[in-house]
Amino acid sequence: MSTHPRPLRHGLQTVVARAYPRVVGANREPSWVFFEVTLPLLATVALVMVYRALGAPAQFEGYVILGGAMTAFWLNTIWNMAAQFRWEKENGNLELYIASPAGLMWILAGMALGGSFSTSLRAAAVLAFGALVFQIPFVWSAWPTALLILLITLSALYGVGMALSSLFLKFGRNAEQGIATMMEPVFLLSGAFFPVRALGVGAAIAGSLIPMTLGMDALRQVLLPGDSDPLLPWQWEVVLLVAYTGTALLFARWSLRRMERSAKVDGRLTLRWQ
Amino acid sequence: MQAIRTESVGRLFRARRGTKEVRALADVDLTIPRGEFFGLLGPNGAGKTTLIKILSTLLLPTEGKAYVLGFDVDTEYRELRWHISMVSGGETSGYGLLTVREQLWMFSQFHGLQSKEARGRIDDLLQVVGLSEAADTRIYNLSTGMRQKMNLVRSLLSDPEVLFLDEPTLGLDVEVARDVRSYLVEWMRAGDRTILLTTHYMAEADQLCDRLAIIHLGRILTVGTPEDLKRRAGFRERYRIEVEGNSDPAPLRSFGSVESAQLDGRHVHIVTLEQDEGGGELIRLVGSLPGVKAFTREEPTLEDAFIALTGRGLEDLPSEQEG
Repeated sequence: MSTHPRPLRHGLQTVVARAYPRVVGANREPSWVFFEVTLPLLATVALVMVYRALGAPAQFEGYVILGGAMTAFWLNTIWNMAAQFRWEKENGNLELYIASPAGLMWILAGMALGGSFSTSLRAAAVLAFGALVFQIPFVWSAWPTALLILLITLSALYGVGMALSSLFLKFGRNAEQGIATMMEPVFLLSGAFFPVRALGVGAAIAGSLIPMTLGMDALRQVLLPGDSDPLLPWQWEVVLLVAYTGTALLFARWSLRRMERSAKVDGRLTLRWQ
Repeated sequence: MQAIRTESVGRLFRARRGTKEVRALADVDLTIPRGEFFGLLGPNGAGKTTLIKILSTLLLPTEGKAYVLGFDVDTEYRELRWHISMVSGGETSGYGLLTVREQLWMFSQFHGLQSKEARGRIDDLLQVVGLSEAADTRIYNLSTGMRQKMNLVRSLLSDPEVLFLDEPTLGLDVEVARDVRSYLVEWMRAGDRTILLTTHYMAEADQLCDRLAIIHLGRILTVGTPEDLKRRAGFRERYRIEVEGNSDPAPLRSFGSVESAQLDGRHVHIVTLEQDEGGGELIRLVGSLPGVKAFTREEPTLEDAFIALTGRGLEDLPSEQEG
């Protein structure tokens, strides 16, 4: 009988193990490049063409390219984390995850890490295509700062994804519909393709409850500094995102435990029709 | 220490809002010592799976308490999960794009095994169940039997102290099922391990289990060794008479203790309601019949025990709910 490993080591083992199928899967199914990278690129290109046809400043084309890249991460958060438990349940994996000593937070972190592998390629493809084909005037010297902002934004996003996934344990397949309905409003409120202040201060503040809003606004400021009307200085936004990440992770931890218990009480982990 | 102990465990399910409650378990009291191969025998919907889910920390009882290795499944489940494992028949867990070896490694990590140790165990166990040649096959290319063997290996990787097997040979062909059964016995005897097996295959329960419980409509009807249970069903005796030609069993039916006598090809099957010590009158009667070649007393089976307890055969019982 084996002794327990240290919690951090076991957690990291779990993260790597759960990330593995996503990384390997991406390599073994080359068709994903077409579906996950090429097709989404077309929607971004279409929006750039709209701005170009209207004669908008080049910065606006840059907003679309940045938005196209970040949208990939939001989709990953929604479909590959928050809604993933339904798929895992139908395959019988969720029972095994829960009955194992691995924590659900670590398993979700593994999903996030694995998912971000293919998502990063998609985001990089969008940025590279935008920079090369549309000659977007990104401030290349700001990339290290932008990368830091991106990582913090992703941490906050995946924290939200973990919290949302706990809803699945409580509400079963109904949660999936709820999560799906968040898609389009988030694209609007987060200012994915335009400066969020254009929505008005009230809507922009409401939108900043979504970490992507602050992250996008900060990225726009450092990569496309011509935006004269940011929501907040990007440094403040980074601080808020760090606080957001901590809060989201703590909430997710509490919520996952609570929802797991609720699911065990109601029998939702074991009844497949729920 | 007991491996498993339940105290008046019950479980109610409410299917959907507004629908009536379904009782899956009621007043289940079980004590299973360490080192025992224990079986739960019952038809679909009897509550076997519900009990396994409770003991494997996936479901909470609505009444009573359950303990595995002394850990309360309700409050001490985090520690308990280090010591248990489970596998279900027809399980489709994992990721089709992974190979058998990769999938097993992934699950080993959730149980905290070091990669090197895990790889060694994976290779050893694949060898034992005869799956070594498929180690680098992707999961979606596996047959049902191969997949089930892989699931069994997955459940054994962490070397659990208590292993829950929920219909582990469901859907397997005879040869694979036999391999799985023989390995389970070998694995259990090699250490201080306990297995709780649910099955509706009488022969499987008879062959594997040290003791077993018959469960029906969520209630444990009886607990004992297979021999005990068969003995308790022994107030019915079965005989088989080999006959020549079309022998008429009618005279046997009028014999006092004979419950039924039916001709089936070249055999007459007799069931008596009470033991006729030494054959006695019945043997004399059979001997007087024309064309009798042989007269054999058949050993009672678990099926007989089950019929004695429930009044019906296992296959005749309706499913009450998804158990």
